[in-house]
Amino acid sequence: MISPVKKNLSLNLRVWRQPSADIPGEFRNYQLSDISPDMSFLEMLDILNEQLVESGEEPVAFDHDCREGICGTCGVVINGQAHGPDNETTTCQLHMRRFADGDTIVIEPWRARAFPVLRDLVVDRSAFDRIVQSGGYVSVRTGQAPDGNAILVPSQDQEEAMDAAACIGCGACVAACKNASAMLFTSAKVSHFANLPQGHPERKKRVLAMISQHDEEGFGACTNTYECEAACPAAISVTHIARLNREYMKAMLTSKE
Amino acid sequence: MSTATERHTLDARIPDGPIDQKWTRCRDEMKLVAPNNKRKFDIIVVGTGLAGASAAASLAELGYNVKAFCYQDSARRAHSIAAQGGINAAKNYPNDGDSVHRLFYDTVKGGDFRAREANVYRLAEVANNIIDQCVAQGVPFAREYGGTLANRTFGGAQVSRTFYCRGQTGQQLLLGAYSALMRQVSAGKVQMFSRHEMLDLVVVDGKARGIVCRNMVNGEIETHAAHAVLLCTGGYGNVFYLSTNAKGCNVTAAWRCHKRGAYFANPAFTQIHPTCIPVKGDYQSKLTLMSESLRNDGRVWVPKDVNDKRPPSDIQEDARDYYLERRYPAFGNMVPRDVASRAAKERCDAGFGVGETQLAVYLDFKRAIEEQGRDVIEAKYGNLFHMYKKITDEDPYQVPMRIYPAVHYTMGGLWVDYHLESTVPGLFVLGEANFSDHGANRLGASALMQGLADGYFVAPYTVGHHLANGGLKEVTTAHPKFKETAVEARNRIERMLSVNGKRSVDDIHRQLGNIMWEHCGMSRSAQGLSTAIEQIRDLRAEFWQNVRVLGNGDSLNQALEHAGRLADFLEFGELFARDALQREESCGGHFREEHQTEDNEARRDDENFAFVGAWEHKGDDQQAVLHKEQLTFEEVKLTTRSYK
Repeated sequence: MISPVKKNLSLNLRVWRQPSADIPGEFRNYQLSDISPDMSFLEMLDILNEQLVESGEEPVAFDHDCREGICGTCGVVINGQAHGPDNETTTCQLHMRRFADGDTIVIEPWRARAFPVLRDLVVDRSAFDRIVQSGGYVSVRTGQAPDGNAILVPSQDQEEAMDAAACIGCGACVAACKNASAMLFTSAKVSHFANLPQGHPERKKRVLAMISQHDEEGFGACTNTYECEAACPAAISVTHIARLNREYMKAMLTSKE
Repeated sequence: MSTATERHTLDARIPDGPIDQKWTRCRDEMKLVAPNNKRKFDIIVVGTGLAGASAAASLAELGYNVKAFCYQDSARRAHSIAAQGGINAAKNYPNDGDSVHRLFYDTVKGGDFRAREANVYRLAEVANNIIDQCVAQGVPFAREYGGTLANRTFGGAQVSRTFYCRGQTGQQLLLGAYSALMRQVSAGKVQMFSRHEMLDLVVVDGKARGIVCRNMVNGEIETHAAHAVLLCTGGYGNVFYLSTNAKGCNVTAAWRCHKRGAYFANPAFTQIHPTCIPVKGDYQSKLTLMSESLRNDGRVWVPKDVNDKRPPSDIQEDARDYYLERRYPAFGNMVPRDVASRAAKERCDAGFGVGETQLAVYLDFKRAIEEQGRDVIEAKYGNLFHMYKKITDEDPYQVPMRIYPAVHYTMGGLWVDYHLESTVPGLFVLGEANFSDHGANRLGASALMQGLADGYFVAPYTVGHHLANGGLKEVTTAHPKFKETAVEARNRIERMLSVNGKRSVDDIHRQLGNIMWEHCGMSRSAQGLSTAIEQIRDLRAEFWQNVRVLGNGDSLNQALEHAGRLADFLEFGELFARDALQREESCGGHFREEHQTEDNEARRDDENFAFVGAWEHKGDDQQAVLHKEQLTFEEVKLTTRSYK
């Protein structure tokens, strides 16, 4: 496949710089030239940082790790969109061919009260860990398990559980939501377990505890705008929020705890 | 610098008796810590991938006080998450003749007979428990319509024994272990320290008693004391700069332990994975793997005619060379990774490579799509095809993928005995960070198996034995060794910040990667390796004179983190090359040009090299000393590996 020769890009970047959590941040402008369209977005930021180091300015801090879209570490708001313009795509999998020569690109951190900025584009997402700690597990100890095939799971249920379990925990749903709600994240875990027999003994306790923790962390409520689904790089559907609501309602009405 | 009490021989502590009874016997003979005494012991677990998360959770469930550390912002992000294809176990659900013995044999053979038999057998033995455990945790493994677990085939095996969750098996297994870990955090049995990087090991009276780490948010140097330290810090593939590892993966924790007395075993054993997206430009920051499972349905080929530069769709069947099927009819496209990688390199070196750089071969799904339908292929590999399209801007449903080998996994690691204990008593090493199970080449779907075997089913017993053995006096961070080790770590940071040279960390790391790939990659020679050693030394000297790290040590400073890791890679790289140089044979992923057969296959030398090469650090200005653990094979017969 011979692709047409693509022109390298010149770009104007407006990047959020903030030295630490307690010092106010600001946008700063940077010019970049000769950016290959085949570069990933993070490789473009690498180039920016090389340029900054050369000029004696501290590089832009941004979270990233696997750079293959699965670890959920990376994530910035690009021109107002969490993870940028492509559907089902993490920031690390966004490529510069999506932009045009001369574009201005505004780059900001996730904005949410529950995700305080640590530096530049890096935020603290430990609230997600605490939501999982509140009930996002099956209480089984190592060594207690019966044979794998002793628990039959209809293929369809397993597929739906897997759809939910695919969440990478990046936080784009929160960044995209006007209420900074983490309902898509929370529902993905609830729905994953609600679809499997292994999750059933604790299903009521789980959903009540996770929602309570979600609210305690300062995430907002869901008002069905579906921006979360649009921003989600793992294609987590809002139907999981619907399932969460049913689970929550049932638990509220019938829980004995 | 203090080192651990020297052990003059490498005693692997392999239990006596028939191989299928060794582990049972070992467990029966190990000492136990009584339930009410477990809370008196503190255990540090560094790294929260499959090995670390499973070990930390399991030890906490037993009642120990666990402190878990990871450099990522959450334990869930460790690089195990990126494993795609699957996890092996000898359940024999497909009724195709699998058994613990076969899994054991395939793994030893796949490792080209350079792994320790007893460890591999135990791995095969506990693999079935792993599947059960993960199912119970709610890991959504693929299922048949009747609700039973599904399997697929992986390289180096003639049975279907790989369990999988679409192309995201590592993610689901890690999230299972992570959820168990989070449950223990909530129970107050695990204290979690994310965004913390281990910088050194604290050795007191010859035993591992704690760590020094840096809080990556505020730069504080912290010390933590414990009765045992478990290192679960993964592999060192990033010494090549470009690899399939996450950007943060590094050798620092392992290397620092090595400098405190832990022997480093077989550092040269590196897996170059055959199916990765080829390198594109100088700016490239990492390489992306396309799961080995794709070779179940994808066919590898290059044009038959060296001058055939037509697009793949114009090249008819009879003008294509399906070279793996041609050379290895018994295993075809499912030969082990080292064999597939070398074959791709051989074809490209001979001029048959495809694509712009000519450093690629085709992985073609046309026939699979025709036979099974696009839907079936999409269900199996949808996320991989999606990722491929994102990166290359080409649609693999329409045109064949272009792939080339890339550094993926490191079989070498800190030397451990049967108990997974290193040469520093009290320092246990689990998962990819140790050397023990994969010999000179790892089979697909075995890394997940090993990480979880070590963490769920081995360390919880052997660490307990160490603790029950007594002789561990009370040590707190007030002990002078902690202060001393922390000062050394702080001084290294200050030194890096004060160089204020001209080259960025990334720039020097890239150069190290080039040296490694050129001379220590898929093909190695005595001359090249000697050159590499010199070049790495020069580059190391340059680093300390010319690196430029801006900012300070008291804040979130990613360049400083990277600089510290690179400084250790620059020391480690030399040991890597030295190990490759001493091993005058070809085996598994280690291919020495001087040692090959007439048809370019690896020529192993069992008479002289059936040993584990374990290196002892003797000081920064002295050469490391090689110790040999002779490998004895009682169960499997040493044969030339053949997949023909």
